[in-house]
Amino acid sequence: MNLHEYQARGLLKAAGIPVPDAEVAERPEEAEIIAKRLRGPVVIKAQVHAGGRGKAGGVKIAQDPGEAREKARQILGMQIKGLTVGKVLVAPAAEIASESYVGIVIDRSSQRPVLMVSPAGGVDIEEVAAKTPEKIFRLPIDPRFGLLSHQAMGLAFKLYRDIDQVRQAATIMQRLYHAFLDAGASLAEINPLVTTPKGEVAALDAKIVVDDNELDRRPGIAALRDSSADDASETKAREAGLSFIKLTGNVGCCVNGAGLAMATMDLVKYYGGDPANFLDIGGSSNPQKVVVALGIIASDPNVKSILFNIFGGITRCDDVAKGIVAATRQLKLVRPLVIRLTGTNEQLAMDILQQNGFTAGTDMDEAVKQAVKLAQEAA
Amino acid sequence: MSVFVGRDTRLVVQGITGRDGSFHAGQMLEYGTAVVAGVTPGKGGQKFENKVPIFDTVADAVSATGANTSVIYVPARFAADAMFEASDAGVSLVVCITEGVPVLDMTRVLPYLKERSTRLIGPNCPGAISPGCAKVGIIPGQICREGHIGVVSRSGTLTYEIIHQLSRTGLGQSTCVGIGGDPLIGTNFIDCLSAFEADPDTQAVVMIGEIGGTDEQNAAQFVSQSMKKPVVGFIAGQTAPPGRRMGHAGAIISGSSGTAAEKMQSFAAAGIAVMQRPSDVVPLLKDRV
Repeated sequence: MNLHEYQARGLLKAAGIPVPDAEVAERPEEAEIIAKRLRGPVVIKAQVHAGGRGKAGGVKIAQDPGEAREKARQILGMQIKGLTVGKVLVAPAAEIASESYVGIVIDRSSQRPVLMVSPAGGVDIEEVAAKTPEKIFRLPIDPRFGLLSHQAMGLAFKLYRDIDQVRQAATIMQRLYHAFLDAGASLAEINPLVTTPKGEVAALDAKIVVDDNELDRRPGIAALRDSSADDASETKAREAGLSFIKLTGNVGCCVNGAGLAMATMDLVKYYGGDPANFLDIGGSSNPQKVVVALGIIASDPNVKSILFNIFGGITRCDDVAKGIVAATRQLKLVRPLVIRLTGTNEQLAMDILQQNGFTAGTDMDEAVKQAVKLAQEAA
Repeated sequence: MSVFVGRDTRLVVQGITGRDGSFHAGQMLEYGTAVVAGVTPGKGGQKFENKVPIFDTVADAVSATGANTSVIYVPARFAADAMFEASDAGVSLVVCITEGVPVLDMTRVLPYLKERSTRLIGPNCPGAISPGCAKVGIIPGQICREGHIGVVSRSGTLTYEIIHQLSRTGLGQSTCVGIGGDPLIGTNFIDCLSAFEADPDTQAVVMIGEIGGTDEQNAAQFVSQSMKKPVVGFIAGQTAPPGRRMGHAGAIISGSSGTAAEKMQSFAAAGIAVMQRPSDVVPLLKDRV
């Protein structure tokens, strides 16, 4: 789960990291009031779950409260990478002496949290990694001991020469590690970590991504979810316990298991079609899940044919068949269905489908070919 | 012969009285696996299906029955502790089926188990099956067949699809291992490939990877440097958009790294026969065994 910048800043602040005062506005007039309170020039920043906000015009400087209202009016409601901006952050336009990067991420190869710092801050860290990898310093953290003081100091010396700033930065890194653990994060970064002309070190922008598997035991973090920032069909799927990602093609896919779902999408492409979605109905045998799944797929106007690909292991084919029958009764489907079922209770499923006027096959390639053909004919 | 699980497996089921644990314990018994014990705290002294003794702790189960392998079906919030407990009790192999284990928990579990030389398969995996010998996990026994193909995969149902294609054309399996779809897992592709290379009963290996991470690329390097047996490979997620998690927690393209194209190229460069679709597995294997 992605947090908004303002939410991430709040968590860092609560962890004791210096973060300049800033507030969120949902209307231009609020931005004006906040700018008045902050005094001096402000920066207005779109709060969306997308990188590259600056390039997209979602970050603007305003010299006075009136301009803050105007700039907020321009940003609120704009689209960035398909997401509508519903909130802006109004922050003081700080004077900056230097910009660095500090981040913690779960590293798959060392199987540990890794602290990364770079004196080249303020830009996309992936770009730094690609162009000047020598400017990134990495330290795997032993989770049993945490980030030791000397380790944080060692990395802080890669950023600053002034010992006061080094100490400030080292403290920030240790607090960032605590914030990372407390949020159940898979990524927590400060970019940029700035120094002011007075020599203070502060976090100007923050990003936190939370491990979805942590949400059950961290209700405070789970409450930060902003469903308005997600695609409506994806929210509906998540609430039903389905894993769904909307794509741009016209063959709707309903599959059990994530790997098979991906392989099904790939096979649609292989036979010249274009998948409309990724959808994993999971390993359970709940006909109601199939009803919700089919409803979500059918609500996409791009979908021209719907493909079921079920390999019954734990999932029982007859339960999926019951779900298909129930869903088509409720939804009055107009688009053609292609059904492939094999495995546990395959024959029972075939009988149920036949009694209700459906045909189904057992071969994955044949089913995909047919779904692609039907979508092409309808397009 | 087989790898990881086989005739020597003496299995303890953690969470044997739960919904999933009891169903799958029944399935494993039916398959002929030596399920020697179950564990549910507070239910020690009872019996599962009137034959398998239940204990309060894994340590009790191990000392009373000599169990050497554990399979975990407990809910995600208890899974890390179940893995620690199994390792402390001295089993040499832990198979964690549970999905949804927080990755920060795994950063603590993995070094702990490693120090105690406990092998972990998973979490978020279907387990392992050596057809005709033992089934540890949830892979449906009826689709498997005894034979000489080793199968290793990050997926569940996609693995079943491929096992099914093998079995119906007479290509049986030595062992099928599902290593799991999470970003941090106990046993990786290389661990399985080296076990299959050393297993006299395995003639060829099918490796099923997916987008995200670099485990497949590392495995490709291992195949080219250290394997004599033929390997056939598949990567799921050629049509997956970057930055989105495709069901499995570990199936995500970050930036431009971890793509299917990159993995398929590294397979091809290592001499692995690359499947374009699941049904390519049989023709590609028949050319090689």
